[in-house]
Amino acid sequence: MEVSILAFGIAKDIVKASKIKIELEPGADTRVLRKTLETSYPALAGLKSYMIAVNQQYANEDTLLKAQDEIAIIPPVSGG
Amino acid sequence: MIDIQILESTLNTQEAIQAVSGVQCGALITFTGTVRDNTTGRKVLRLEYECYQAMALGQMKALAENALGQYNIQHISIHHRMGILIPGDIAVIIAVGSAHRADAFAACQYLIDTLKQTVPIWKKEVFTDGEVWVSAHS
Repeated sequence: MEVSILAFGIAKDIVKASKIKIELEPGADTRVLRKTLETSYPALAGLKSYMIAVNQQYANEDTLLKAQDEIAIIPPVSGG
Repeated sequence: MIDIQILESTLNTQEAIQAVSGVQCGALITFTGTVRDNTTGRKVLRLEYECYQAMALGQMKALAENALGQYNIQHISIHHRMGILIPGDIAVIIAVGSAHRADAFAACQYLIDTLKQTVPIWKKEVFTDGEVWVSAHS
């Protein structure tokens, strides 16, 4: 399945776009997504940390993903 | 009452205070976060803020609801600015109205501390000799 991923802050610089599309096996979870992303964009693994958000909520390590989900890479936040 | 706003324009402290005012409130506490002109001695030219707007609004609403549940307070206003800010500009205002001051002080501290940890907002510091996404690597 193809999923769309939003990228913000330094993640946007790393993937060189504010939105990318990647191919995942059906039934993939956020752990698989992170591995896939880090293979294509090794600099993500060099961040202090990053979270995955699914449908505007922070996801767990094993949240199952669906093609229509709104998925985002959330690098360390720095508001305020 | 919860008043959450993400704005591209200059923030107004008086507006945030007005939003949390009421005759039942004896304490109005505000935290104002402004842009410093240096980070560990490095001269800051500007900060560039961006956010994941829909999620940021949702996260700020959720943390305001948590604060209303945890503290004896009546009103919360959170205004955060986006875009390019220069030293002296206001980046964030948090205002809390409550009957008595102790809970308002505590809630205000909880709100800014939690906002900095959980709300998807990012800032890039631009120096005279480089730039860095704050907190990305250390």
